[in-house]
Amino acid sequence: MSEKGGSLLVAEFEANFPYDYSAGRFASYFFKQLKDKKQITGIRCPKCQRVFVPPRPACGYCFVGNTEWVPLGDEGTLWAYTIVQFPFLDPMTGQERPIPYGYGYIELEGASTRLQHFVTASDLNKLRIGMRMKAVFREERKGDLADILYFKAIEK
Amino acid sequence: MARRSKRNVAIVATGQTDHRSKRPDVNIVEMINEAVRRCLADANMTMEEIDGIVIGNMEHFEGIFFTEMWSVDGAGSFLKHGMKITTGGTTGTSLALGGYYHVASGLFDTVMTIGWEKQSEGETTAGLIFQADPLWERATMSGAIGSFAASATSYMHKYGITEEQAAKVAVKNRRNALNNPHAHLKLDLTVDQVLKSKMLAYPIKMLDMCPTSDGACAMIFASEERAKKICSNPAWVIAGVTRHDQPFGGDLEMLLNLRTLRSATEEAYQIAGIKEPLRDLDVVELYEPCTFAELSWSEAARFCGPGEGGKLIDSGATQMGGQMPINPSGGVLSTNCIGATAMIRVAEAAIQVMGKGGKRQVPNVNRAMATGFGGSWWSDVIILSRTT
Amino acid sequence: MDKWLQELEPIVVHQELKVPYRYSMGAAASKFFIEMRDQKRILGIRCPKCSVVFVPPRSSCGRCFSPLEEWVEVSDRGTLQTYTIVHYPTAVQPIPPPFIYGVIKLDGADTGLGHLVSETNFESLRIGMRVQAVFKEERAGNMLDIKYFKPI
Repeated sequence: MSEKGGSLLVAEFEANFPYDYSAGRFASYFFKQLKDKKQITGIRCPKCQRVFVPPRPACGYCFVGNTEWVPLGDEGTLWAYTIVQFPFLDPMTGQERPIPYGYGYIELEGASTRLQHFVTASDLNKLRIGMRMKAVFREERKGDLADILYFKAIEK
Repeated sequence: MARRSKRNVAIVATGQTDHRSKRPDVNIVEMINEAVRRCLADANMTMEEIDGIVIGNMEHFEGIFFTEMWSVDGAGSFLKHGMKITTGGTTGTSLALGGYYHVASGLFDTVMTIGWEKQSEGETTAGLIFQADPLWERATMSGAIGSFAASATSYMHKYGITEEQAAKVAVKNRRNALNNPHAHLKLDLTVDQVLKSKMLAYPIKMLDMCPTSDGACAMIFASEERAKKICSNPAWVIAGVTRHDQPFGGDLEMLLNLRTLRSATEEAYQIAGIKEPLRDLDVVELYEPCTFAELSWSEAARFCGPGEGGKLIDSGATQMGGQMPINPSGGVLSTNCIGATAMIRVAEAAIQVMGKGGKRQVPNVNRAMATGFGGSWWSDVIILSRTT
Repeated sequence: MDKWLQELEPIVVHQELKVPYRYSMGAAASKFFIEMRDQKRILGIRCPKCSVVFVPPRSSCGRCFSPLEEWVEVSDRGTLQTYTIVHYPTAVQPIPPPFIYGVIKLDGADTGLGHLVSETNFESLRIGMRVQAVFKEERAGNMLDIKYFKPI
């Protein structure tokens, strides 16, 4: 704790919040497929047939349990994106996140929802909605979303 | 399906601090107390006459949790009925709905709602990242700015909305704020200045985005019998509706279609008997975290057809003096103390109905609407009327 | 579906979120800490209606909702109203356990102050015992400018 001077004091403190998140069975299965087989997997609702990614135990529309795992491939279309250019504190590291970076939403073949991830191209300014994107995987996969490093635009 | 309350409930008074980027002269409890005292003065009431306090903020922004507990001295809730409601960006409107439900239940006659935030004391974007899913979203998410930017690109792409049309929203709302003594940012801008401001995340530029503010807002809800004694022109609550959506950004169309607002306004209009919003509403305080949001959400609220948000701002219908002014207070683009922001929409709508708007008063207001918005694309809608 | 469930190892993800905060103390608390830091004096604030003297001070009386402005000096000596001995460690403690944590009513104050108690052994602790603040040599303007309270 440190206090600044003057007649109005300010107490500065840093709070550290450690958490241990249980990923749950559905996310755990997804990450296992990602780690072992470089496979991105969605899950289908037996009622409305929507395929959800990220996977989840129940369909929000029908409120029934999702049952069928659906491999989604590693390619999709860029639905929306932005290039983040402003500096901000990343609470995951306590440091500023390196900028600029691109992130957006990918429509994978066969999925009803879009996956949020980092996106890039030979030049960030070349990103356009509708581009075909392909997942680039980490060499040594650990079983989390960062096993996909980013989706890269397929450019001629 | 929500209904109109059988017991009539009105907002009879409001109080706000003068919102600023930093208020180092007061601690949080003192800041809350300022808004509370102004609200009591507006009602000409004492704290003894208030039956209960409903309070909230976005707790991890200041890192001091359980506001309902430690704010007691400043909020006036000592040995009184009290409750905390915290729902992210919608906190202010959820609080308002909380006040409404308390009185509508018939269990309480006068309830004060308090929303506050001391945004300068924490890191806003870092705080918002807490809201993102730890496994799927935290690594990429860059707070509100990134989320809006990422969906604004698809909004522009599908409908041909331009950055220029978005910039007009910033010019309109910040100029409106010149008439509002409480507003944080009071700026007389040109479209060109907005377009040339620093790019934060394409296409959102600095002047497209709301500020972060320190401030508090308080309102008093009263039963019909008490309301008529406290205030000559109460703002009657006609409808209050809430909607939530699926958890992940990729489940939604975001700015392309804020379906929670679409659904909430549909039900609120039904309860209030509103057929053509642009005609039947006299003024709207629309929660707009960025310029593109006001364009897109005018479509969701059916002020215009899908994709016509740009045309609407071009038409001038939502300017002061237009058919249905949006955000005479200056909106979120001028003041954003998150725990209070949505409540300020309701307070400003009530101010319009009560005729207390001073320089920002829209003439002949019978019906006003306020909306609230929160992080995972939820919406609240409240409709107020001059008559029961 | 059961097969995939049987083969599954549930994953637990560890994250540490770090956020810096800057808490404005406000005029009343600032005055209290500045007085302690610069003069080694402890101030309370009196409610004009209830006559309650609050330590630490605040700007509004919670009981009657009056604004508070009347400052009074209170003693650095007081009575131990209650105490406990903390044995278990957590990340947020001011000093490592075991330590004594007590509520002290300073002479002149009507409310108790939570702080550490030291220079005594656990067996000698009594509710009602007289204690005195021990100030640090180098003070920064926070509650730990009082190192602890010692028996007198």
